[in-house]
Amino acid sequence: MLRRHHDMGGLDAGPVDPFGPGAEHDYAPWEKKVDAILRLVSDQKRQIMTVDELRRGIEELGPGVYDELSYYERWIASVTNILIEKGVIEIEELGRRMAEITDAWPAGGVAEAEPKTAGDLS
Amino acid sequence: MTARFEIGARVAVRAAYPPGHVRTPFFVRGKTGVVTEILGPYRNPEALAYGRSGDPALPLYRILFRTAELWDGYEGSSGDTTVVDIYENWLSSAEA
Amino acid sequence: MAQDHSHPHPHQPDLEETPLTHYQAMTEAVGQLLIEKGVISGEELRAVLEQIDSKSPAAGARMVARAWMDDDFKARMLADVNKAAEEMGIDAGTIPIRAVENTEAVHNVIVCTLCSCYPRNLIGLPPDWYKARSYRSRTVREPRVVLTEFGTTIPDAVEVRVHDSTADLRYMVLPARPAGSEGLDEAALADLVTRDCMIGVTLPKTPDL
Repeated sequence: MLRRHHDMGGLDAGPVDPFGPGAEHDYAPWEKKVDAILRLVSDQKRQIMTVDELRRGIEELGPGVYDELSYYERWIASVTNILIEKGVIEIEELGRRMAEITDAWPAGGVAEAEPKTAGDLS
Repeated sequence: MTARFEIGARVAVRAAYPPGHVRTPFFVRGKTGVVTEILGPYRNPEALAYGRSGDPALPLYRILFRTAELWDGYEGSSGDTTVVDIYENWLSSAEA
Repeated sequence: MAQDHSHPHPHQPDLEETPLTHYQAMTEAVGQLLIEKGVISGEELRAVLEQIDSKSPAAGARMVARAWMDDDFKARMLADVNKAAEEMGIDAGTIPIRAVENTEAVHNVIVCTLCSCYPRNLIGLPPDWYKARSYRSRTVREPRVVLTEFGTTIPDAVEVRVHDSTADLRYMVLPARPAGSEGLDEAALADLVTRDCMIGVTLPKTPDL
């Protein structure tokens, strides 16, 4: 019986710890921007993708990446893949633009993600 | 859309384990519950997830389970319940 | 405004001091490209960001307080949260939100085991613990234990009803009005309503007498 990794109801896991250091964080501007991009490309006016496709794309990241990425990292990974699949953006221009943005950033860029909060480990 | 099941009907959730995007949680598959509400037609998310239209829309139900019937050795109260929203393509009649 | 946690959030350093991550750069790049291609406009992006920032548990708290004061409103809220919100000038978005009512016999708790569905268009973005593996995995299997981790004990005689919101609707709890709140006005009642009690992991605050 195939149980997919995101379908976790009933599995063993540690305590929730709602008052611990990873229990909450103020959402960063880039995280809200991911949310806003998804809302716009899936809205009534554009209908470029659905939230169902977002979810499918997140699930298809696979168990390793799913657990490694933070919540909104999973979202932007999925949204970007789907926008490329649908021909809305091209891989080449995306890569170039990411390099330009990183080069122009005062503190540069890193390959790794931010430290994880509890929600990021879901 | 005509909903196949009425409020109060006993229904069984399909014990199916397909790959891909599925909207019925693993822990209720193969379990039996009762329809408490018919939420209306919603486009099939398992088709929408792959860029398809999701038509025809499916009746979406609220299904109430006895929590103790979902888990071996449930340690809560025997009256505890669990409600899951399930699309009609995952349900069959479990009336005696 | 109702705030249900008092611990400090992790410090966020000034943005420019921190190296950009791969996914931050991706987010920025995707946003820029969508604007340049005319798929979205900068104004639209800004408007949605402002809309996201405008959502908070306070909106849900106002509705709960109104429902405690007015039985007719409560009936309309239980039938259709989005429409009832509109009556109060609150925009709860287009995704249908349903309220489930706590009574002397039933205590409701909301979870999403498949992702992290949450009534964000009414009460804002979810806390991290709501999206965490521990909450998503265990709430359906041992809800009473999870509730104790929030300091909430529900008597055995009260049914704990867990709602796994994985489909097309979003759920919030309409908590029971706390004892001792009889003389309070709507604004004072709303102050008793926390985000966590609308998820169902806690009860409303008790009024200071």
